[in-house]
Amino acid sequence: MEHLNYRHIVQRRAAGTSKLAIVGVVASGNLEVLAERLLPDNECEVDINTAAEGFGEVWQAVVADFVERRASGGVRLSINDGGARPDMVALRLAQAVRALEGEQA
Amino acid sequence: MTLDSILASVFPEGHAVVRDGGLVLGRGRSAGREIEVIGVADRTALGVDEAARLSNYVLEVIQRSARDPILVLVDSDSQRMSKRDELLGLNEFLAHLAKCLILADTLGHPTIGLVYGYTAAGAFIATALATRALVALPGAEPAVMDLPSMSRVTKLALDVLQEKSKTTPVFAPGLANLTQTGAVARTLDPDGSLAEQLSGLLADLSDTRDTRDRLGKERQGRPKAADIAERVYVLARASV
Amino acid sequence: MSASNSHLQVDSGLLSPSWYEASARQRVDGLLDAGSFDEFIGPAERETSPHLSLFNLPQQFDDGMIVGRGRLDGKTVFIAAQEGRFMGGSFGEVHGAKLTGLLRAARDLGSVPVLVLFDTGGVRLQEANAGELAIAEIMRAVIEARLAGVPVIGLIGGRAGCYGGGGLIAGCCSALAVSEQGRISVSGPEVIETNRGVEEFDSKDRALVWRTMGGKHRRLIGGADRFADDSLAGFRAAASALLAHVPPMQVETLVAEQRRLEQRLQQFGGSEDAIDIWRSLGISEPASIPGMAYDDFAELVASLKEVRHDAR
Repeated sequence: MEHLNYRHIVQRRAAGTSKLAIVGVVASGNLEVLAERLLPDNECEVDINTAAEGFGEVWQAVVADFVERRASGGVRLSINDGGARPDMVALRLAQAVRALEGEQA
Repeated sequence: MTLDSILASVFPEGHAVVRDGGLVLGRGRSAGREIEVIGVADRTALGVDEAARLSNYVLEVIQRSARDPILVLVDSDSQRMSKRDELLGLNEFLAHLAKCLILADTLGHPTIGLVYGYTAAGAFIATALATRALVALPGAEPAVMDLPSMSRVTKLALDVLQEKSKTTPVFAPGLANLTQTGAVARTLDPDGSLAEQLSGLLADLSDTRDTRDRLGKERQGRPKAADIAERVYVLARASV
Repeated sequence: MSASNSHLQVDSGLLSPSWYEASARQRVDGLLDAGSFDEFIGPAERETSPHLSLFNLPQQFDDGMIVGRGRLDGKTVFIAAQEGRFMGGSFGEVHGAKLTGLLRAARDLGSVPVLVLFDTGGVRLQEANAGELAIAEIMRAVIEARLAGVPVIGLIGGRAGCYGGGGLIAGCCSALAVSEQGRISVSGPEVIETNRGVEEFDSKDRALVWRTMGGKHRRLIGGADRFADDSLAGFRAAASALLAHVPPMQVETLVAEQRRLEQRLQQFGGSEDAIDIWRSLGISEPASIPGMAYDDFAELVASLKEVRHDAR
């Protein structure tokens, strides 16, 4: 198992006030993302547990891309990965923050 | 120990326990009291027909006025694996047997399981694991699933599973593991009187609560189960 | 963690209300009154399996079991839901213990029914002994709760079905609702085939699997008490209907069940296939059952006499 952690300073906080949201399932090709609002408004952390080792650079890129596109300040996003592809990871990250903000697409 | 020698040691003055088609049914006098017996012998698979016969006997015991203990002797295979058994609803038959044993126990018939041979999976759950206290004799082989089958299903090599099983009691078959995880309370002495050992066990059986998870924690076989159950219990009670 | 702060996120893909397609969280959300759910030991507590890392397998924060309290039509219920897509919904140490604790609380309270949303392949092999013990402890807790007057209702319609030890727990419940997609069995199709050969059971024959273990057959043979539509609303209706009538559990219940099961053996013990059983039940075109739409099947079930009993 590999544990990865990325912290970013960000410009915009995730909207809303709710403290907790969770999306996804730990299944093959899938992942779960737990979103917790417990950081300062200008910080976003992504913490990852994955059985697929050696993909640190890919994760780093996906996370960097995500924090640039999405207002996610104040949020820690914790991931249990079931071997998801980058596009699925990006989707779940966005869903998690959206859920925290209280929007349901 | 063979079934006959077990019965002789439980019932030194004789008994009326019969063996019929892989099943064991009857009663006898042991250490001054009547004890009812059901069981599966000769590594017989537990199917719908067998389960129905055993549960019928347990219900007969329940409906008599005496509060005799029920001894469940186990040397079974797994549940019978067949189209017919599943077609007929094996899950209901096995659950029904377990329910009868559990109900008997709550109604004053202490249930003691004694695994002396093999048992696995659904048969294990419906017989030995449906008793208030489960004991064993040396050489017993309780299991959830044998390692070769587990290897096939999990797609992990057998030697890999064997290696891993040395580091944890949580998945591999065997008396030691099922004792450490809290399923088996203790192993009896085959050279001592089973009548006396059972009598002692019955005298100790004051607690009607299921304490197997706590036992598993004490023995470090199941580190989290008891605490998680307790935490949910407390939260749930407080929530209404 | 208070209820108002915990968002049960429904995956944004929740456009179809299918029960089969839904996640465990979506089912809990869809079944209970809006906003009423309060989870016990939710994912933020991170009470994961202590055993999966030995196998280099990922954990899930809730270990695939959601337990909590909510309201159904205004009435308080306890609820437990298995996530069938995580480790096949299998019973592991933590997963099982959550349900055990919930049932014991229900037993000691005496006033709150329990809904169990099954979606399981049985014991989690990587934690086999813990899973097997959990199942035994849950069965005992179900019976103790029922004897204390607590209804324990099982809902079955997920991807993993209700197999192995899950099938045994289901058989201990006060009543069961099953959809067409649901399956209830002890041994799974592959296990029967591996052990007894493809002649005994062709696990790839989906029609055979569903005839033998599927929701319609279970409902017809009395292995389940209600047939639900494959939707959140359908299971909600089934749960409400079953909760409305749960007789107390007593010796007579099991005596009646013994009779019911012996009768089944007598009537159908020699039947080759479900089709023969359905024909014996008086269904004129048994081959039409698998393809029958929900409404037609529900109507058919209502017209047959033996299929509701209080003998479970």
